[in-house]
Amino acid sequence: MTDRPSWAPPGIDITVPSVSRVYDYFLGGSHNFEVDREAARVALKAIPAIPKVGQANRAVMRRAVRHAVGRGIDQFLDIGSGIPTFGNVHEVVHTLNPAANVVYVDNDPVAVAHSKAVLEGNEHATIAAADLRDPRSVLDHPETRRMLDLDRPVALLLVAVLHFLRDSDNVYGVVGELRDALAPGSVLVITHATPQAGPISEDQRRVQEVYRRTSTPLLMRTVPEVERFFTGFELLDPGVVPLTHWRPDTPPSDEDDPVLLTGLAGVGLKA
Amino acid sequence: MAADRLTSGQEAGADSLARFAAIWGRAIYPVTATSMTRAEFEQHLLPLARTLRDTLHAERFDPRDAVPVGEGLVAAHCTDPEALPSILGIIDAYLVLYCGPGLGLPAEECRVRCSRLQHAVAVGFSHALRERTLHEQESISRAALNAKTEAESALAASEARFRAVFETAAVGIGIADLEGNVLEVNEALTRMLGSEAYIRHRKAGDWTHPDNGPGTDDTLNRELARGERDHYHIEKAYPRSDGSVLWANVQVSLLRDAAGRPKYQLALLEDITERRRLVERLRHQATHDALTGLPNRALFFERLDRALSTAEEPGADRRIGVCYLDLDGFKAVNDSLGHAVGDRLLVAVADRLRDCVTSPDQLVARIGGDEFVALYADPPDLAAVTDLAGRILEALSTPVLLDDRPLPVHGSIGIVHGQVGGRGAADVLRSADITMYRAKERGGNRYEVADPDADARAITRHGLTNQLPSALRHGEFFVEYQPLIGLEDGAVLGAEALVRWSHPVHGVLGPDQFIPLAESTGQIVPLGRWVLEQAAQQARDWHDRKFTGPAPRINVNLSPVQLTHPDLVAEVAAVLDETGLQPSALCLEVTESALIGADEDALKPLRRIADLGVAIALDDFGTGYSNLSSLRWLPVSVLKLDRSFTRGMRQHPADPVEMKIVEGIVSLAHTLNLTVTVEGVETRTQAEHLRALGCDTAQGWYYGKAGPAEQLHRLTLADAG
Repeated sequence: MTDRPSWAPPGIDITVPSVSRVYDYFLGGSHNFEVDREAARVALKAIPAIPKVGQANRAVMRRAVRHAVGRGIDQFLDIGSGIPTFGNVHEVVHTLNPAANVVYVDNDPVAVAHSKAVLEGNEHATIAAADLRDPRSVLDHPETRRMLDLDRPVALLLVAVLHFLRDSDNVYGVVGELRDALAPGSVLVITHATPQAGPISEDQRRVQEVYRRTSTPLLMRTVPEVERFFTGFELLDPGVVPLTHWRPDTPPSDEDDPVLLTGLAGVGLKA
Repeated sequence: MAADRLTSGQEAGADSLARFAAIWGRAIYPVTATSMTRAEFEQHLLPLARTLRDTLHAERFDPRDAVPVGEGLVAAHCTDPEALPSILGIIDAYLVLYCGPGLGLPAEECRVRCSRLQHAVAVGFSHALRERTLHEQESISRAALNAKTEAESALAASEARFRAVFETAAVGIGIADLEGNVLEVNEALTRMLGSEAYIRHRKAGDWTHPDNGPGTDDTLNRELARGERDHYHIEKAYPRSDGSVLWANVQVSLLRDAAGRPKYQLALLEDITERRRLVERLRHQATHDALTGLPNRALFFERLDRALSTAEEPGADRRIGVCYLDLDGFKAVNDSLGHAVGDRLLVAVADRLRDCVTSPDQLVARIGGDEFVALYADPPDLAAVTDLAGRILEALSTPVLLDDRPLPVHGSIGIVHGQVGGRGAADVLRSADITMYRAKERGGNRYEVADPDADARAITRHGLTNQLPSALRHGEFFVEYQPLIGLEDGAVLGAEALVRWSHPVHGVLGPDQFIPLAESTGQIVPLGRWVLEQAAQQARDWHDRKFTGPAPRINVNLSPVQLTHPDLVAEVAAVLDETGLQPSALCLEVTESALIGADEDALKPLRRIADLGVAIALDDFGTGYSNLSSLRWLPVSVLKLDRSFTRGMRQHPADPVEMKIVEGIVSLAHTLNLTVTVEGVETRTQAEHLRALGCDTAQGWYYGKAGPAEQLHRLTLADAG
């Protein structure tokens, strides 16, 4: 049936590649199954430097998180967190502030189960099974309510996840609803896939093809389209830019693989 | 990151170690998946480099000490196989260069150690990578398994909840395939219909009941099975296993498979048998007469309206027949034998009327106290309707036996028959009512057929009642005066004011024809006031014409309804005030029956009027109970003797009994200081008898009929002359 009631549990189908496990494979992890690796290999064949994008994505996320901690934010909501491998938000955060709270959110039951195992015994990090497409399911989740005080600033991380939502998912409405739930002083961190300059390259198209086989197709958005997500936020310098250009630790060099330009990053501050 | 804890003496060594780490990091960093920055990564490599150096320089060389270096690199996510050549290549090329040779270690030995170190690093790397891979594979498999278990238990829980809903729902639920083979039924549906076997015995489409229209849901169900509709809703009767009927509110929904193909049908049944029964009972109560069980006025009008509306269908040559029956003399039965007997009589009559109906398009209803009506929705001709009326009269011809006492019942019937073009139900019934009165006027126990000309002439209570208010506004009433004569000298003492209605259609109507109607609607109050004003003004006029002797008195009738009206006293006073008429010139006549049973409170207004100086006459004395003792305390000063006492005195010799009675009354009245007026004096003989008996005043045709004020004027003048 197409209109499965919201309270009915989703089925587990590990014969379909999962975005988070493919990503794990890109990052050299083994939290994946052959079906994931098969999909990943096709994508790698098209764009061998994909893992670099993933790495750059993680790096910019780390920089943004450090920025948020620097602002005094001690609550983190990471939606679309996937398989926790290494360098996760809570690891970065807790190095800087061991008392800060981190809530991960994912709709992939396997990713959720794995996160549960990894986070077991951690008093300051938890995982909520919810779907970004239904922001209330995220905000009203018991774990969210237990760990986060939405009357105080929160760092909302939508890292490499919005490109899996179509406009028909009311993606701007979703971000707007989350924004409205945030207290002033909160920050929004977004990274997003974007087409290479000019029309979408054949390589990118092949990668999109790979994601089309997963349960979550990939949708590229342009800089103005990504900027629109920051409606209601003050977009911090340097704005929406390629991953490696967002407040880099070392200046980006011309030797960087141009594929790194296919990821955008931006951070906004809610007034 | 671990801090470099070199002592100052080792600065040079530390410097070269850091340089090695930097070169190493630059080579490996591009092939790692680490999220560390390059600087962080170099810091991470520093202790590993130190281990390499220390192992290389050890007094007792053990290459296995370098195994953790390989492990440390895997821990830093240098897991790509492409990383290994970089890792080992840098050790091979730069370790000895930056960190050796050590204390007296031959260069060749150094090279050998470096090679073996690389082997150990490779061992550590491979070992850690394998461990890590196995661990991650296991953890992701366990996560998948956990997720699956969780999903399954959630599914099981949701199925259990569904099952509980299904089993314990108050509504009946049944699932069938598209052919109608029943697959599942719940407890409630089983209870509703009888037993599960009974339900499974037949297909979903086989449930029929005579109370349903033919093929009630066949079309809908076919559309559903073809996937053309997703659900439908009907009210339907089902036969229960015990033979009784189940009425259900049914919602049938189509269930599709994952590909959207029609698969099953789901029926939800709500038992509305009781609700329907209640609605029917309420409807029956609302449309039937509680006493006789016959259809009531509401149902009759509903059916009459329907008959009239079908009669109005274009091209339809339909007719209707209505028989309006009013029992003759039923009031007498009620008055003499009591309401209980009257009710039983009505029930008996209703039973007989019921038997007169011979086809479904005939209906007998009770529409009022003793008024019944038979509707013939589509009679073939007038004869069929008069036959029905005839059957009714025939049915009533035998007396009704109540407690072994035979009570004769008769009725008068008004028949309306014909093509009913544009006539409303009320109009038809009024016509039947008028016609029924015609039958009554002709002696009753018969029927009359309506005829439009007769209708127009007929004076109906209904019509007059409705016209009263406007007639008063339009000045259709006028007052006539009948002279009151002093018996002693034949002088005109005054007159009784009598109201007339100059009806635009029916001509002049007497008080008998409209005063009861005015009393029943309350119109008597404004009308009575108007008459009082007219009469008082007239009396004042007579007075102004300076008659010799006392001014003529004016008698005005007061209805019992007026008597209870709170403004009566004030109005009488106001009329006297406005006209300047002397109170003693006014006499208000009140019927004896109006005062029977009146207590002191009810008499208070009359007493106050009497206190004003107005005379009060007791009208129609002798027609009611004639409670002589009450005369002592009633505020009356005149006794008006009914004409029935004096009928026997018209001839000579007069009826001696009547003479004695009147003599007694007069004597009693005079004892009580009452004057006696006699009504209906028609002959000279009568007048002489009455004078002899001591009556004071008289009125009647012998002296003069009621007429315009001028007539009295003439009489008075003649009298004076």
